[in-house]
Amino acid sequence: MHSLAAKKTLALVFALAVVAMACTREEEGGGGGTQGETQAAQGDETTLLDEIKERGTLRCGVNNTVPGFGFDPGTGEIEGFDIDFCRAFATAILGDSEAIDLVPIDADNRFIALQNGDYDVLVRNTTWTTSRDGAEGVAFMHVNFYDGQALMVRKGDFSSIDEMDGTNICVTTGTTTELNLADYFGARDLDFEPIAFEENPQLQRAFISGRCDGWTSDRSQLAGIRSQWPEEEGGPESLVIFDEVISKEPLAPGVLDTEIELHDALDAVVNGLILAEELGVTSSNVEDTAEDPGEGPVAALLGAPVLDPETGESAPLDSGLGIANDFMIDVISAVGNYGEIFDRHVGSSSDLELERGINALWTDGGIQYAIPFR
Amino acid sequence: MSETGPSSAPLTDGELKEAARPSPWRDVRVLRAAGQVLFVVILVVIAREMYLNATFAIGSAGRELSYTYLDSRAGFAIKEHIVGYSSNQPLYKAFLVGATNAMLVGAAGIVMATVLGVLIGVARLSPNWMVRKIALVYVEVFRNTPLLVQVIFWYVAVILAIPRIEDSVSVFGLAFVSNRGAALPAIRSGADFGTWSLFALAALLVAAIVWRWRTRVHERTGGPHYRWLSSLAVMAVLAAAGYVIVGDAFKVEVPELIAHGYSGGLQMSPEFAGILVALVFYTAAFIGEIVRGSILAVSKGQKEAAQALGLSPGQQLRLVVLPQAMRTAIPPINNQYLNLWKNTSLAFAVGFPDLINISTTMVNQAGHALETFSLVVGTYLGTSLLISFGMNIVNRAVALRGGTA
Repeated sequence: MHSLAAKKTLALVFALAVVAMACTREEEGGGGGTQGETQAAQGDETTLLDEIKERGTLRCGVNNTVPGFGFDPGTGEIEGFDIDFCRAFATAILGDSEAIDLVPIDADNRFIALQNGDYDVLVRNTTWTTSRDGAEGVAFMHVNFYDGQALMVRKGDFSSIDEMDGTNICVTTGTTTELNLADYFGARDLDFEPIAFEENPQLQRAFISGRCDGWTSDRSQLAGIRSQWPEEEGGPESLVIFDEVISKEPLAPGVLDTEIELHDALDAVVNGLILAEELGVTSSNVEDTAEDPGEGPVAALLGAPVLDPETGESAPLDSGLGIANDFMIDVISAVGNYGEIFDRHVGSSSDLELERGINALWTDGGIQYAIPFR
Repeated sequence: MSETGPSSAPLTDGELKEAARPSPWRDVRVLRAAGQVLFVVILVVIAREMYLNATFAIGSAGRELSYTYLDSRAGFAIKEHIVGYSSNQPLYKAFLVGATNAMLVGAAGIVMATVLGVLIGVARLSPNWMVRKIALVYVEVFRNTPLLVQVIFWYVAVILAIPRIEDSVSVFGLAFVSNRGAALPAIRSGADFGTWSLFALAALLVAAIVWRWRTRVHERTGGPHYRWLSSLAVMAVLAAAGYVIVGDAFKVEVPELIAHGYSGGLQMSPEFAGILVALVFYTAAFIGEIVRGSILAVSKGQKEAAQALGLSPGQQLRLVVLPQAMRTAIPPINNQYLNLWKNTSLAFAVGFPDLINISTTMVNQAGHALETFSLVVGTYLGTSLLISFGMNIVNRAVALRGGTA
């Protein structure tokens, strides 16, 4: 009797649950539609670009552990190559290089946080790959730094990667370097053990203690870390970065795939910075150049009136990007052109002293080649 | 939940059914059923809402919920694995490596924390002042500092401070220790292991017979039984005889020091050691307190009765107090096991390739964060339920035996 009653109650519970589910499903069917519509409507009305203008600040997901790119030298403010790109973006959209909100994020969580809307743009020495384009849903802009993966060892331990059979290599989790390391060593039939840490400081402790023989990462990162190597551990001179390039690492800023307007506007900023170097517009001469830009590409870059040969009229170039036509004037006076940013943070005027290498302009034997403004 | 079953039983008796029924909104049976229905409905609605929200969020980002990515090539290497793995294998294999690595830490941690915890708990009640105070300090130190801090402390301050591989400490050339790990001699099965295992089986059988014989002698005469001693001795002699006759049953594999590490033998990585030691010391402090409380919960008369029977202090503890204390201790210890298992996720702090470490790498390389983390949640949940299930069985067994003994 008892079990029968219990079974009846249970059956009733499930029957009602199924009915309730069916009800909610119907409601959801309608509700889902309206949700979709509101989303689409939002897409038409307020884009992230509009939201940023309204908010008055641009939020950038950045690194704060890589000297030269994004690092706090002890002043409480993060500085670097990527940070200047964030400033350039803020200047282009909001006209103020200080209207930035820097969100430090580790490599592991950078895409999840972007998808989550924790920041608007990811400028965190991030390698552009097909999976990140597709599965992660990131829209990358023009490459702002052509990097390559390298390997750093203690001076005197090894003279090339080929000697490193059976070694322990430290790497940060969630980076493309983990994949490249496996491929590069596998292709040379070299055995290795990866030790994957979440953050550079933990990795550095393990490396100093002799836990690992090598440290692999992007060359730019290794150069930055080496430049800040503590003197009591031998200073920068005690470390060697091999010339061998393990992989291609094109680093680019990115936004969500769904924010195409923001992507296009910021992409123009990256291109504009490179074009400014090509055209010889610098932070020191941009004011004067803006007053007398001539009629050519410089005028187009700076948003000055350009003569239209067909109509014979002069009007500033409006690229329809949703930002001011003369945004590059403010951008260049705030952070300088691409070459200036490079020199200041990672090039000859910095501790990193990286060569321009393939990051030189195409006119100087490099591969940095900006799209034209017209 | 289980209490509602038996308590509703008397209500279904035939006599009660005959009694006048109260109106439905005052009928406790109707109200109870309605409450359960409402609860299930709310639960179902919430679950559906969460699922729809997740699929909607993924859909609006132009993707869909799918687990097929698990079949694509992982591409990254993992340094330690108890199931076979290489970077060319699919992602689900990498996930499996992470899960089994975490389980290895969890299983070893549970066994070691239990042993240490019981020792600490007993020591806390020791008549020796020194022992009591040391145990007290141990418990307070490990219980009152964050586990993450302890994990990093063990790894960075203790394990990485062990001599480097160049100055590897060698124990008679048989075992090595450095901050690249520890390598111990391993016993591996030889070519004739199968033949030897027949001898071992026979030895086990004979030992069981000896055990029963000694027990019967003890019951008949009341003399000492020595059943452990005699059955183990018989087993050891027979197994050893088998080893001599068969020849190649076992090999001892001695580890070797090679250029940048060790080869062969049983190896333990510093990262594994770091997370394991931290979890064991931390959890043992809690288990120690549970054991102490459970011992105190055993009626004082039990110990006095044991004393009156002339049992030695060790026998009092082992035969009378601990079996009864176990009944109180097991449910809270189950909680500590669950905590230990979930805390294995802190392995990320020391670079041990556990479930979280591997999963974050997977998410970064192949995307599908929601799918991957749903698997992580499922794995932790499933394993935790298994631990609880096992502990419930132990609990029942102990409770029954305690009742009849």
